[in-house]
Amino acid sequence: MKAARFAYERPADLAALLERLAEADGSVKLIAGGQSLGPMLNLRLVEPDRVFDVTGVPELRRANLDGTTLVLGACVTHADIEDGRVPDVTGGAMARVASAIAYRPVRNRGTVGGSLVHADPAADWVTALIALRAEVELVSRSGRRRLALDAFVRGALDVALEPGEMLVAVRIPAIPQGSAWGYVKHCSKIGEFAHAIGAVLIDRQAGHGRVVIGAIERAPLLLADARPLFGGRIGADFSDRFDARAADDALREAGMSEAIDRHVHVTVLARAVAQAARPAPLRLTEAA
Amino acid sequence: MTARPILGEGVGARLPRKEDDRLMRGRGQYVGDIRMPKMQDVAFVRSPLAHARIRAIHVPEGYRDRVFTAADLDGVQPIRAVSGLPGFKVSEQPVLATGKVRQVGELLAFCVAPTRAEAEDIAASVVLDLEELPAVHDMLAAREPASALVHEHWGDNVFLETQVDVNFAAALDAPIQVSRTISTARQCMAPLEGRGAVVHLDHRMDQLVVHSASQMPHIVRNGLSECLGIEQGRIRIVAPDVGGGFGYKGILLAEEICLAWLALRCGHPVRWLEDRREHLTANANCREHHYRITAYADRDGTLRGIDCEATVDSGAYSAYPFSACLEAAQVASILPGPYDFPSYRCRTWSVATNKCPILPYRGVARTGVCFALELVLDAVAREAGIEPWVVRAKNLVRPEQMPFDNITNKHFDSGDYPQALARALDAVDLPALRARQAAGEADGRRVGLGLSIYCEQAAHGTSVYSGWGIPMVPGHEQAGARLTPDGGLELRIGAHSHGQGLETTLAQVAHEILGVPVARTRLVHGDTAMTPYSTGSWGSRVMVMAGGAVATACRELADRALAIGAHLLQAEPVNCRFAAGRVIGPTGDVSLEEIARTWYRRPQDLAPDVNPGGLEVTAGYKPQRDSGTFSYAAHAVVVAVDPDLGAVEILDYVIVEDGGVLVNPLVVDGQICGGLAQGIGTALYEEMAFDDRGQPLATTFADYLLPGAAEVPDPRIDHMETPSPYTQFGVKGIGEGGAIAPPAALANAINDALGPLGVEMLRSPMSQRRIVEAVLAARHRTAVGARAAA
Repeated sequence: MKAARFAYERPADLAALLERLAEADGSVKLIAGGQSLGPMLNLRLVEPDRVFDVTGVPELRRANLDGTTLVLGACVTHADIEDGRVPDVTGGAMARVASAIAYRPVRNRGTVGGSLVHADPAADWVTALIALRAEVELVSRSGRRRLALDAFVRGALDVALEPGEMLVAVRIPAIPQGSAWGYVKHCSKIGEFAHAIGAVLIDRQAGHGRVVIGAIERAPLLLADARPLFGGRIGADFSDRFDARAADDALREAGMSEAIDRHVHVTVLARAVAQAARPAPLRLTEAA
Repeated sequence: MTARPILGEGVGARLPRKEDDRLMRGRGQYVGDIRMPKMQDVAFVRSPLAHARIRAIHVPEGYRDRVFTAADLDGVQPIRAVSGLPGFKVSEQPVLATGKVRQVGELLAFCVAPTRAEAEDIAASVVLDLEELPAVHDMLAAREPASALVHEHWGDNVFLETQVDVNFAAALDAPIQVSRTISTARQCMAPLEGRGAVVHLDHRMDQLVVHSASQMPHIVRNGLSECLGIEQGRIRIVAPDVGGGFGYKGILLAEEICLAWLALRCGHPVRWLEDRREHLTANANCREHHYRITAYADRDGTLRGIDCEATVDSGAYSAYPFSACLEAAQVASILPGPYDFPSYRCRTWSVATNKCPILPYRGVARTGVCFALELVLDAVAREAGIEPWVVRAKNLVRPEQMPFDNITNKHFDSGDYPQALARALDAVDLPALRARQAAGEADGRRVGLGLSIYCEQAAHGTSVYSGWGIPMVPGHEQAGARLTPDGGLELRIGAHSHGQGLETTLAQVAHEILGVPVARTRLVHGDTAMTPYSTGSWGSRVMVMAGGAVATACRELADRALAIGAHLLQAEPVNCRFAAGRVIGPTGDVSLEEIARTWYRRPQDLAPDVNPGGLEVTAGYKPQRDSGTFSYAAHAVVVAVDPDLGAVEILDYVIVEDGGVLVNPLVVDGQICGGLAQGIGTALYEEMAFDDRGQPLATTFADYLLPGAAEVPDPRIDHMETPSPYTQFGVKGIGEGGAIAPPAALANAINDALGPLGVEMLRSPMSQRRIVEAVLAARHRTAVGARAAA
């Protein structure tokens, strides 16, 4: 199928883009890498009147450090992160996540901002960046605001963007020294959307853990205080203390009724925990 | 095994494919690359419902001249693919639906506009008034008397029912009787390039020129002529580069008929390119088989008999030219596979449902048959407590029986099946594998070995297909061979090459006889105006049939060249011989180039009694017996299965294959690798599911999973070469075999790995989810059993 007719514009700076976003009549879609929107247009799942290409705005392509926080412009691509063309504050965690997103041609074009705004529950960044405590920076003609990513992603394909507002950057705080990171996703085959994702960020010294269960057909399940999954306490032995039954209960409470779905998600999470406990990072495809 | 020396570029040479230079550089010329002045695009209005009465089709007033419905197609005949088998019920597939629609995607109207997007806009504006009827979506339920009917006047939903019974009752006292219900999912053929057609009227030739992505251009001409009611001479089919066929490019499409009808009237070229959604949901599927099978055996694994009820979901219409019954009825004759046993019964049903027609996909019914039989053989082995290979070794046809007529009168031409099995077992090192299993895996996965053996009847001809009575019965295959004035060679065949490498391999056949360099030999194919009639490329037949015809034509050319050469050498032909592109006489020799130059450019130097046919020959060929060649292979695969997530990793894949004498082992390897990829898709990934309203549930490749590079291993291929006694050079057809055995081998491997957990997978694809479901169910049974025991 071919896309229905739409008007295409590519504003050259942010002010012009926000101006058009505020004033354009009809329905509008923003396009960055187009790796999801392109097929949706062609399948006529969306038929916007106007498509604004945001890749012409220089500030959206920038990446820099704000203190120890990494600020990625919305149009930074997965491949930019995979290849280390942007700074890293996650001990390589983000590069490893990026390297297993879909296929390389998708990573060459797909953007971190586009992925978050699209908010496909099975996408990697939605889960991984919630685990990494990311915030999004949203801008409209009336101003700028920041929002925790877990508050921004309200549900499947549903984010907290106001009319006239767009995501311009993602802010990722540096992970504490000595943190343990585990990220495992399970796909039917390499490069496909995940059926289950487990992301684990453990600070052994502080006794703190943050766990996200993703690819669950709604917003990822965030356990900001993951101690209940580890018998109430997180320490150096966290991997041995992982309680699969507690994870199963959490998923059941979140509304996952199928036992087989819970089994797969709990298995994947357990492997993410085990990965976090290992000293060396392992390839992300081990569960695929 | 052959010991013939392999010389230069002839039969047996491992040459890279000539055609790859353009194909791998993106310079292939496909239907989608054709541009014509004033060409317009067509989009189809398709049924959104599986089964519905058509109350009305409302076309907006402004588009009346751009939208066409069945009411416009005056005089166009429906597609009829009738089988002559007794009891076959005929379906008439209207080119555009009338009365009711019988599948999602069925054509209701077509729209023409300067671009496809605009044509789709028009299609979206057409309003359908349909009254939904209960959908027939389950082939087993469709056989029941209470089912809704796809074709009301039939009274049931069965295209054809067949039965074979050979001494069946004698098996009934066997000590081992193992029954299983086994099935393969409905699939799509998914060639890289979809279907497509560009049609225009050539006023100079008074011909409708149809560029179509077809693997059988001459058959398309038959079908178009019949449906449009115009003489064959007014139709020219050109199949340019075609990106994979696999059976899908064999059928006559209603879309082609619509475009041809339109081009005859509209005054400009028209184009339709199938998109992936149309391919997945609308035009044809394959593979959906269901078996209830029982094996009867002695305790040592000797087969006493097989009993089977096989049902195939044939979809709504009988596709042209193969018909709706080829697949199921073939099951009865090929189920015994490479095994020799004394008692057999098989009943088959070809069932009509509200789905798109089923087509013979690479391997045709053999993939399903192999899956059913090889899985039940493993079940026999488990029941008898013996190794699966023992059951096979006990029952394989033996080399001293060749040629061998099996229980369904299939004539095995040659081969050493037990040797193939032995070599495969040796390659995977069975004892080491069993030791590894006993030790267990550090990562918690479970390792298993699976075997699967098949035979593939290929290039079967008139005597076989006349019995089917379908619209296409192959006879002699013809080839043209012409030397050019500068000593190059042109070959013409009516079959088509779309991945088989025929531009290289047929040049090798010619080189074997004439010595013309492969680089100086051109293959003309895919154009009804320039090639002899052929039923086309299907049934793994082209190397046997077109290869045989090319060899025959080249031999005749060599004889004629010898006569001319002898005259130039002032020698008697009997004292001369033709070798390596030269005529060699008692006192000197002369090249084919010189002979060609003489015939075309210096006829004054020819003998007065020279053969006036010159250096251009069209020759026909059939093997000595046309019951087909039998190639075969033993597949052995080692997998590691993750029981908690259902992931299957292929650790080792061994294929011991016997395709007779191989014209080009490199091309054969490529065919096997491609088939293996498709077989892995059948085994682990591909499934076109339907809901109970007959809606196809996969509409993109995000839902319909194909194996990718990471999922397809490099197999270890071991060639045996037992010549066929009936063909030129002893070649056998091998094009489909790679896709036949993998699903069974992988199922057996998974079951070998998970059997100790109480898991037995009997349904393809063995997706991760199905495996996890089975593992959890088995764990549940074990837990319940343990509680009961306590």
